Amino acid sequence: MGLNYNKFEKTCKILEENEFDKSKLISILQGVQEEYKYLPEDILAFIASSLNMPLSKVYGVVTFFSFFTLQPKGKYIIKICDGTACHVKKSTGLIDAIKKKLGLKDDEILTKNMLFSIETVACLGACGLAPVIVVDGVVYGQATPNAVVRLIDNVLKEEKEK
Amino acid sequence: MINLENIVQTFKKANQNITKRIIVCAGTGCVANGSLEVFKSFVNIAKEMNIDVNIELKGEEKGYFLTKSGCQGFCQNGPLVNILPSGILYIKVKTDDVKEILEESILSDILIDRLCYHNKGKLCKGQSEIPFYQKQCRMVLKQCGVIDPENIKEYIANGGYVAAKKVCGEMTDKEICNMILMSGLRGRGGAGFLTGKKWDLARNQKASKKYVICNGDEGDPGAFMDRSVMEGNPHSVIEGLIIASKATGANEGYIYVRTEYDLAVKRMKKAVKDAIEIGLLGENIFGLNHSFTINVMEGAGAFVCGEETALIASIEGKRGMPSPKPPFPAQSGLWKSPTTINNVETLATIPVIVNRGVQAFRQIGTESSPGTKTFALTGNVLNTGLIEVPLGTTLRHIVFDIAGGVTDENGEVWEENFKSVQIGGPSGGCLTREHLDIPLDFDSLKKVGAMVGSGGLVVMSNKNCMVNMAKFFMQFTQNESCGKCVLCREGTKQMLLILMDITKGSASEDSLFLLEELAKAVEVGSLCGLGRTAPNPILSTLRYFRNEYDAHIKEKKCPAGECVDILSYKITDKCVRCGVCFAKCPVKAISVEHNRHYKINSIKCIKCDVCVASCKFNAIERD
Repeated sequence: MGLNYNKFEKTCKILEENEFDKSKLISILQGVQEEYKYLPEDILAFIASSLNMPLSKVYGVVTFFSFFTLQPKGKYIIKICDGTACHVKKSTGLIDAIKKKLGLKDDEILTKNMLFSIETVACLGACGLAPVIVVDGVVYGQATPNAVVRLIDNVLKEEKEK
Repeated sequence: MINLENIVQTFKKANQNITKRIIVCAGTGCVANGSLEVFKSFVNIAKEMNIDVNIELKGEEKGYFLTKSGCQGFCQNGPLVNILPSGILYIKVKTDDVKEILEESILSDILIDRLCYHNKGKLCKGQSEIPFYQKQCRMVLKQCGVIDPENIKEYIANGGYVAAKKVCGEMTDKEICNMILMSGLRGRGGAGFLTGKKWDLARNQKASKKYVICNGDEGDPGAFMDRSVMEGNPHSVIEGLIIASKATGANEGYIYVRTEYDLAVKRMKKAVKDAIEIGLLGENIFGLNHSFTINVMEGAGAFVCGEETALIASIEGKRGMPSPKPPFPAQSGLWKSPTTINNVETLATIPVIVNRGVQAFRQIGTESSPGTKTFALTGNVLNTGLIEVPLGTTLRHIVFDIAGGVTDENGEVWEENFKSVQIGGPSGGCLTREHLDIPLDFDSLKKVGAMVGSGGLVVMSNKNCMVNMAKFFMQFTQNESCGKCVLCREGTKQMLLILMDITKGSASEDSLFLLEELAKAVEVGSLCGLGRTAPNPILSTLRYFRNEYDAHIKEKKCPAGECVDILSYKITDKCVRCGVCFAKCPVKAISVEHNRHYKINSIKCIKCDVCVASCKFNAIERD
């Protein structure tokens, strides 16, 4: 594989900001994920060699923390809170309705057209508004299955108009 | 060198010509409901109307002062707008209401009835008249929701950093540890260990480098106390850390915040930056012989990192797995140096103790658990939100007086709806009707198989299934188990599978014995608090709600109607054929048959409950 140095430019910058410090690995990974929305394998290998540590250690840290993801995500990320409060207020109904609407089966989290990906998160801390979903960073409180289907429809409509 | 008195005087002078102050709540709950738009709208409309509304005070501005605040606690009714000095509190404020508020309540003194909170039909003008606030004792949260969390000067003008200055200048490390020990303060993070003892242990270590860490990795589902403190009054946490650093002899600190808490991370970072700029952090604080710096670190989403040794591993850039104690972090912690780790709320309580004195602090709460505790109140109650009460307050007081009672699916309050309160999250237990009058403190709760934990209180009504609840928490702990201890890793998985069988109606009577046996094994066979307390939700529901387990196993029924796998929906004779359910069903599972008879297709049905909620005639039944 021919190395494309431009590809690692941003990663280099993040590594520099963190002074190539092994103990700042988590902060480096957070920076990279913010840039790419996920952690591509070749970049992880690049980070490992730059920090002079085995790739297995980097991989170990990545898979340990739920914030990190090795898979690309959809254009729109729908987070459904399944914390205690939301659960008590029937967040599972929301998950089912969203999955059905997006045609996602079983453990699938990304739609085929790469438009939507869904995540369940354990407590966003907005329990007073349970059940809560977050679409593209915007929090929607006291959500109902009907409302989330409408939300998705709106996004689809906007996407079509573009 | 920093002169606190000067800052107080300048701030007061800048404020002296301000006649009214508008405070818009900018806690996560209110922001989600659109409080930032409301804030913007105040700025824009005031400009249009030529009203002198300032958003920053530099010198001697006149007119009105508009600020954002941290969480005011009354989250369900947001966005909240407070007007001082009259103390008016408007709830559910929309951008359309802003003009009216400016005209009526700012330019003149007219109260807008429809924006006020009404308690059983009676109008409440402000916090002082709303039962939710009246019945609390806000000490740690006193300034949350009043002061601007992003303005260090306002914190100082309200007596901030005086405690830090006092201990740095007038007390020895030993005296500080002694004072905190005498105050009886117990860690608010869960286990309730004496904070003074923890500090003293670190103080006695001979090392050139020591650390203090603020644990803001609040991962319990259903808890948001620490988030609110970090968002609403970040400087109180920093002040607590400065005092802790002086007491233990540390000169470097970390604030470890969950990455999911965007706003808390942002405010904490700003607060640290401001404190450095003003000279409250850095070399020779207050011109004295104590230097201290703070780093803010974002966690990466692992519940187990709330455990001290796991948190340390994660700061060191490793997988956040716990390690055996001893050695305790106070002896050998971060990079093998003595390290003191305190919870956010514990640290925010420290300045209160220094300012009020040990005696005054001990007068609040109970003998063995002095002080107050914040609780995140959620679930099926009228008023959800953040509360602070003296330790030892009864559950009845919290659920019925402060929270306003238990609600049904239509939001109506019925006393008999109360079933249980889940306290302490995935490591806690449940309390039932018989516990309504026991005092909520560390020791009394332990006796009945529950714990204060971090302080999440989830109120459950008759419509919540306790087996399902236990399953939910087991799913959580199973997911979050780091995998180091076999019993925790495999045991939680097996317990979860058994619970899944039970809720699917495919368990046998032997399952319960197996479940209990496993629960007890995991309890003793795990290294850290996560595994040791993981079986608590199961053990406590088995203790108080065994009949529900029996109903699932023997009769294949869920008494609360929540376990969807053994549940079916049917339309009864009460149906008037209005067609509302047909129209509302998100998955088109309701079909029309001859004579406009509606029928639910159980294969298509996702059991989302929308039809039940939409039927005005109670014609759809869960069976």
